[in-house]
Amino acid sequence: MIGDLDFEVIGRSLPYLLRGLQYTVQLTLVAALGGTFFGTFLAMARLSSFRPVSLTAAGYVNLMRSIPLLLVIFWFYFLAPVIVQSVMGWERPPRIGAERSAYITFIMFEAAYFCEIMRAGIQSIPKGQVGAAFALGLNYWQAMKLVILPQAFRNMLPVLLTQSIVLFQDVSLVSLLNVTDFVGASVKIAQRDGRVVEMYAFVAVVYFILCYSLSTLVKQLQRRIAIIH
Amino acid sequence: MIEINNISKWYGSFQVLSDCTTSVKKGEVVVVCGPSGSGKSTLIKCVNALEPFQKGDITVDGISVTDPKTNLSKLRARIGMVFQNFELFPHMRITDNLTLAQIKVLGRNQEEAKTRGMKMLERVGLKEQAHKFPGQLSGGQQQRVAIARALAMDPIAMLFDEPTSALDPEMINEVLDVMVELAKEGMTMMCVTHEMGFARKVAHRVIFMDQGRIVEDDTKDEFFGKPRSERAQQFLSKILHH
Repeated sequence: MIGDLDFEVIGRSLPYLLRGLQYTVQLTLVAALGGTFFGTFLAMARLSSFRPVSLTAAGYVNLMRSIPLLLVIFWFYFLAPVIVQSVMGWERPPRIGAERSAYITFIMFEAAYFCEIMRAGIQSIPKGQVGAAFALGLNYWQAMKLVILPQAFRNMLPVLLTQSIVLFQDVSLVSLLNVTDFVGASVKIAQRDGRVVEMYAFVAVVYFILCYSLSTLVKQLQRRIAIIH
Repeated sequence: MIEINNISKWYGSFQVLSDCTTSVKKGEVVVVCGPSGSGKSTLIKCVNALEPFQKGDITVDGISVTDPKTNLSKLRARIGMVFQNFELFPHMRITDNLTLAQIKVLGRNQEEAKTRGMKMLERVGLKEQAHKFPGQLSGGQQQRVAIARALAMDPIAMLFDEPTSALDPEMINEVLDVMVELAKEGMTMMCVTHEMGFARKVAHRVIFMDQGRIVEDDTKDEFFGKPRSERAQQFLSKILHH
């Protein structure tokens, strides 16, 4: 059977595979940036001294982190349109489409994880920094934007990047919605040409090379950016 | 200038401040001392509302810090504060530390703010360090920058919260020298400190606190002559004897 292997299939379908990889990278970047953005607001909400705000944020984060990503993807794709339909009283469920649904799901899901990272980052900044910012007359949003968050981001950058690498791998789950991401594209080729071993080996190697070199970069970065106190 | 009227504060059921009343007049230098845990840092942080309190009121230049109508940011911008751990912003150069609040709070332009900041930096003798990051300076230098940062806002009064207690002994004097100079120029100052030499040199009044109460509120000569309370006498004999 091994003698039967035909790796030429990769070369033949490379443009198609690359388009899949491009979608995977795109979804990862959008979800990481969107997740960091919303996650930062969620983190500030979780740290709010106003209970209704902190409890709501905590509820959302705990819910998202307790449900498997696969389930969230299914939920959002199959059930959310139906729920929107019945709430809005529309005749037909809204058509979101698999790709857009994936973007929204991943941003919402990752926001919960990035929230916890940013919360730890904000809490790692000594309380006196907020005191000093307030004492100079800065308001809450200025203190956050100019003093606390830049330091929190910097401290947490390696963790944020590591989470993004995990996200990059998790994106492969969207192939279940029949979206042509990198894994989805290779599954289709594998089945069409009956070249399952070759395609899956190729996909694994590409993932390994990308993720391993990224995490090596993160490690170097970690050493370089430590703030001198 | 600063009027503190009957303020009390609790952390849960634990009372940290009990019915504290005192005032600081314009141009006056008041030193607050007392054993650790006596509430002196808490008291000074109440003055610019960094610490909330449950009872009483504080007014600064006639403006109440508890009044919900008060623009707290505006009021705080007029009161300089120096912290025990300096609290410079470590991700910014010294110049940006000096100009940030001038630009964002006072609305000065970049150039104005920089000129003012550099002038204050020169005043504390650190003009050459402007382009560095806080972590590259010694503790004493960082604290002098922190004083310059507060002064750049043209404050009407300065609060010092144990400005020398996190410093190595050989750096204490460079910070005290700056403070003495400020006091001599007539700055209104409220200083939580154990530096009795500083108090002797420039203070007009000394407040002694114990267990959340103001036990003694005397002129300097009265306080160092013979404080009325036994607790203050004990305290003084302990810290002055070595």
